[in-house]
Amino acid sequence: MAHQIPLVDYLRLGGDPHLVAHQCSSCGARYFDRRNACASCGGQAFTEIRIDTEGVVRTFTIVAFAAPGIPVPFVAAVVDCGGTSVRANVINVQPDPEHVTIGMKVRLATYTVGTDAEGTEAVGFGFEPLEVERDGR
Amino acid sequence: MAGDDVWILGISMTKFGKHPDEDIVDLGAEAALGALADGGVTMKDMGVMAAGCLMHAQAGIGQMIQKQIGQTGIPVYNVANACATGATALRTAVMAVKAGECDLGLAVGVEKLSGAGLLAGGGRAADGDTWTPHGRFGAVAPVDGRIGTETMPGVFAQIGQEYGYRHGGTSFELFARISEKNHAHSTLNPLASYSKRMSLEEIMGDVMIAYPNTRPMCSANCDGAAAAVVVSDARLKTLDPDQRRRAVKIAASILTSDPWEEACQVLPDVNTLTRNAATTAYEQAGVGPEDLDLVELHDCFATAELVHYDNLMLCPEGGAVDFFESGAPWRDGSMPVNVSGGLESKGHPIAATGIANIWEVATHVRGEAGDRQIEGARVGLAHVIGLGSACGVHILERAAS
Repeated sequence: MAHQIPLVDYLRLGGDPHLVAHQCSSCGARYFDRRNACASCGGQAFTEIRIDTEGVVRTFTIVAFAAPGIPVPFVAAVVDCGGTSVRANVINVQPDPEHVTIGMKVRLATYTVGTDAEGTEAVGFGFEPLEVERDGR
Repeated sequence: MAGDDVWILGISMTKFGKHPDEDIVDLGAEAALGALADGGVTMKDMGVMAAGCLMHAQAGIGQMIQKQIGQTGIPVYNVANACATGATALRTAVMAVKAGECDLGLAVGVEKLSGAGLLAGGGRAADGDTWTPHGRFGAVAPVDGRIGTETMPGVFAQIGQEYGYRHGGTSFELFARISEKNHAHSTLNPLASYSKRMSLEEIMGDVMIAYPNTRPMCSANCDGAAAAVVVSDARLKTLDPDQRRRAVKIAASILTSDPWEEACQVLPDVNTLTRNAATTAYEQAGVGPEDLDLVELHDCFATAELVHYDNLMLCPEGGAVDFFESGAPWRDGSMPVNVSGGLESKGHPIAATGIANIWEVATHVRGEAGDRQIEGARVGLAHVIGLGSACGVHILERAAS
């Protein structure tokens, strides 16, 4: 199997793909980016915490116009994963308002972004509907 | 009347739209000279100048304008604060007057955006030859479009839809009807970029940009400038009766940034800082939302207008949909909102916007708004928000006498 690398460093691959966040040791605020300190309380100590892989779509948009080179349409969303908000695309779904709804239940899913010159596969993530429609339905 | 009040003595905006033969200095100078003439003063009277042009934030637009209309050696503050740049320029001049450094100040905002497309979410760079983590997320490839969207129509679409998640009642049609209102209002505004009434069907059937925002539900990129002259209470008392009569009191001038909230670094939280700014502004002005005769709020997208009804406390918390359904924000309603046509039709030349919305409110409280005058307007509120974020709220009152 080709070597894999996550699209972003807060995506953990392997048999059980999941997201991780930096959690402030003082106030519990969670962040996905590299931190200098906590924007909520100023604390400088963080622990790594696993984020739930299932959640609810708090909000979404279906982007029809994007910068050059970005395939459209796609569904951009914020998913509430057990109280932690995650920015992600909703994938493995028809990108229209009949198939994507506010409040829909989704779960983390990964996909191949591409393979580089050294044969390494970059793996991205999105969220897919919990009830995936079967082909031909 | 408190002695430390600051007043708008003169204010002006250019026509918003396409100005192919004028550059940012021409437009900024036109607005500045207009504001000075409106106030009956000259550059020689100014003690401070604050100016902004977001797309040319390094240019020193203040000095460039001075070199055309008056190099008097006064301090210039060139400011950049996203879509709140104009409000920030005005507030900078207000602070200088309040601090007692001078009695008169000039604020200018100008932008040329005609023909510009999406203003954020730069073209995606090609993926590299080998995956190498970069940046604060350790991303091995560009993430715009792969992990959500960086485009403004998409970000603000989510902001509006998120209101629906919390409070219910939102729909594509509801947001389109907000846009229908603003386009209807624009027909009375000769300075608007677009002053064409649009039917609900036309709005919903137009090009989809980011669901539920179609093109006419997005702010219009255009050229324009606006400028204001502010004056101290003490100096105003020495001026002519006509200048005093037309002076508009800045009852509140507030700028906030976004305090930390869960999710605020995932999707910009434009709600908390707007509510904070409004709360402080109402306290400072000694008025409540019920005292307002009109509101110009930052409808950069139709989906944004809805949430700001609530954030500015024009309705009970969670009641923005009912507020709109009641007809309140139409110009003949109980709380007219964006009678200028708003950013969706008047246009959004970014740095000009935060002064142009104050021009609109000031023109109504002066009773000089012509065909679109809100009868008897005495108090109004102007709101802008720049993502990042910065929120400016100003409350303006007609002179007492």
